[in-house]
Amino acid sequence: MRALVSKTAVWIEHRTGLQSAISGFLLEDIPASAGWPEVFGSVALFLFLIQCLTGILLALNYAPTPGEAYNSVAYIMRQVAGGRMVHGLHHWGASLMIIVVFTHMAQVFVFGAFKKPREATWIAGVTLLLLTLGFGLTGYLLPWDNKAYWGTVVTTKIVASLPFIGPMLTRFLGAANGVDALTFSRFYTLHTLLLPAMTAGLVAIHVYLVRRHGITPAQVSTEEKQKFYPKQLFRDLFAVFIAFLCLYFAASFLEVPLDRMADPTDTNYVPRPEWYFLFLFQLLKLFPGRLELIGTLILPSMAVLALILLPFLRRAHTTILKGRFQSACVVALAFSIWFGLTSAAGWTPAHPKGSVAVSSQAAEWARLSPEVIAGSGYFRSAHCDSCHDLIVGTPKPGPTLGLTPIRHPRDWMFQHFSDQSQAGSGGGESFSLPMPQQNALLIFVASVKPKSLQTLAEVSPEFSNGAQVFVTNACASCHKVNGIGGDTGPSLNGLGNRRSESWVRAHFGAPSKLSPGSIMPPYHLSQNDERDLIGYLFSLSQ
Amino acid sequence: MKQKTLEQDTSRRGLIMGALYGIPLMIAGTVVASVGNYLFGRQTTETDTWTDAGDVSDIRKGVPSQVRFERAVVDGWETRNEESSAWVILDNRRNITAFSPLCTHLGCAYRWQSERKLFTCPCHGSEFNVRGDVIAGPASRPLDRYSTKVEGNRLWLGPLKDSGGV
Repeated sequence: MRALVSKTAVWIEHRTGLQSAISGFLLEDIPASAGWPEVFGSVALFLFLIQCLTGILLALNYAPTPGEAYNSVAYIMRQVAGGRMVHGLHHWGASLMIIVVFTHMAQVFVFGAFKKPREATWIAGVTLLLLTLGFGLTGYLLPWDNKAYWGTVVTTKIVASLPFIGPMLTRFLGAANGVDALTFSRFYTLHTLLLPAMTAGLVAIHVYLVRRHGITPAQVSTEEKQKFYPKQLFRDLFAVFIAFLCLYFAASFLEVPLDRMADPTDTNYVPRPEWYFLFLFQLLKLFPGRLELIGTLILPSMAVLALILLPFLRRAHTTILKGRFQSACVVALAFSIWFGLTSAAGWTPAHPKGSVAVSSQAAEWARLSPEVIAGSGYFRSAHCDSCHDLIVGTPKPGPTLGLTPIRHPRDWMFQHFSDQSQAGSGGGESFSLPMPQQNALLIFVASVKPKSLQTLAEVSPEFSNGAQVFVTNACASCHKVNGIGGDTGPSLNGLGNRRSESWVRAHFGAPSKLSPGSIMPPYHLSQNDERDLIGYLFSLSQ
Repeated sequence: MKQKTLEQDTSRRGLIMGALYGIPLMIAGTVVASVGNYLFGRQTTETDTWTDAGDVSDIRKGVPSQVRFERAVVDGWETRNEESSAWVILDNRRNITAFSPLCTHLGCAYRWQSERKLFTCPCHGSEFNVRGDVIAGPASRPLDRYSTKVEGNRLWLGPLKDSGGV
C-alpha cells in the first residue's frame, strides 16, 4: 500500500511538480522576526476564497433580475436548506474581510513593509483594498430591498455629480435614467464577473511579489532566518481558524437584515450605506452645498493617491522602533477619524420611516395578540389618553387603567367607547369605532400591564397599522395568530417562511387562483395597508 | 532541567503538528457539511395544494379519461399557475384513481390504447394496466397517483402519493 502511495506521489511529482512546489512554499526562508503580525494577509486570502465559494452557492439559487432578486434572496434565507447560513457567511464575510484587509494594510504600514523594493506589492495591495470596497458597493444592490435600492440611488447620484467623468461613469453603471434594471445588471456583472476576475489576478500578483521580495525583516542587516513551516504556517492557520470561528458564529447567530422589496415610490426612506462606508456618508454632511465635491471627490481621491504614493514619499527605513511608533500614531489618528465619523453617522435614525424589516426571528412584541397591538393604536388615535393614564402620568379625570381592574360589563365599555358622558366626566370626545376595533380596544384596555406596555413600545407604527388592518378585516375569524383565531384557513404564524411577499400580495387579490378551493374573498387593500399587514404577518413567530 | 525543556519542546512541537493537520481538517469538514446541506438538503416548500380537476359526472365509468386543469406550482421563489393533466379512472364502486400523466421510467407522456386496454409509453415501450401496474417494458414501478377527493360534484386532486415502488 505504502509502495503504491509512494509510486503515485512520484508519478504526480514527475508530471506536475506539485510536491516540490509545495515543499518550496513550506520551506521558504522568512525572517526570524516574523510572527503573529504577519498573519493577516493569509486570513484575507482565506476570506476571499470563502466569499468566492459562498457567492457561487448563492448564485445557484439567485435570480439576477430586479423583479425576482428580492424573492430569490428571501427564498434562500427562509426555504433553502442551509441557505441562511450560506447567506450569512457571505454577508458577514464581506464585513470581516474589510476589517482584515484594513488591519493587514495597517500592519504593513506600521512595519514599513511598503518601502523599496516592495512598492509594487504595496500598490497591488492598495488596489486590492479598493476592489474589496468595490465588492461591498456593488453587492449592496443585489438583494434589491429598499435599503439596497436607496443606498445605490445615493451612490450613483454621487458618481453623477463628479466633474468631467461623472456622466460617463453614470452611463457605465447603467444609471443614466436612475437605478433600474440596467443598473442592476451592471452591478451584478461587476460583482460576480469583473471584480472577482480582477481580484484573483491581483491576488496572484500580490502573492508572487510577496514571495519574490520576502517578508520584511525587523532589522535589515542582522536578520536571522527561519523556515515558513512549521511555526509561521501554524500562526497563519490559527489566525485563519479564529476568523473562521468568528464568521461561523456571526452567520449562525446574527440575523442578516432584509428590508422590504425596493420601492422607488417610498420617498420617506432614509438611505444608509453599509457600516464601512458610513464615514463617507458622514463626511458629506460636513461639506454642504458647493463644498460637497470636497467630500465626494477631493478627500477620497487624495486619500487613495496618498496611499499609492506612500512608498515614494516615505523612504527612510522604519524598521527601527521609533519609526514604527510614528507610523502607529498615523494609523491611530486615521482610525480615530474613521471611528469618529462612523459613530457620528450612527446617530442618524437607522430605521427609516415606512420600512418594514422582514425578520427571520420574531420579536418579543410579535407574541402579543393582534388585538392588543391594534387596540393600543386605537387607544392613541381615539385620544383615550386625554382622560386615562395607562400606568403613570399626570393625574387625569379617568382611572389609571393599568392600576384599576375593569369592573364594568362589556356592553357598558362599548357604550363608553362611543359616549364618554356616561362615565360622569362629561368632557370626553365622542368618536365611533366599528365593532371589531372596539373589541380590540377592549382587549387592550383589559390587558394593560407594565410588561406588555414595555413590549408594545417596541412596535413600530407600521406594524401597529398592520395589526389594525388584520383586526379591521376580521382575519382572525378564519386564521390563527399565536394560537388564537379560526380554523378555516391556515395559521399565519411562520407565513414568512412558507410564502414570499409577492405570493401573499397576489393571494390577497385572488385567493382562489393561488389556493384552489380557498373560500377567502379577495381583499383590495391600499398599498400602505397591504405592505404593513404583510410586514406584521412576516414578523410573527414560527 | 535540560531534559524538561526538551520534553516541553517536544510536546509543543506535537501540538503545532496536530494543529497543522487538525485546523484544515476542521475547517474543511465544516465547509463541506454546510455546502452539502445547501446543495442536497430538503427545501421547505409547500406543495400540498388541492386543485379542482372538473366535474365527476364527466368521467366515464371504467374508461380512463385525461382531464386537464390548472394548478399552482411552487417553483423556487415563485408560485405560478401551470397547465397540467391526469389520467382519471372511475371504477364500479365509484372510487376514483388519478394517475400522473408521466411514465415512471424516464418521464415521457404515455397514452391510453383502448383496444388493448393498456397505457403505453411511446419512448421506450413501458406498458401499464388500468390499475397503473407495470405490464411490460423498462419501467420499474407503477404509475404515480394523485391524492383525490370529491366534494359535491367536483373532483379535487392533491399532491402525488408515493407509489410504493423503487
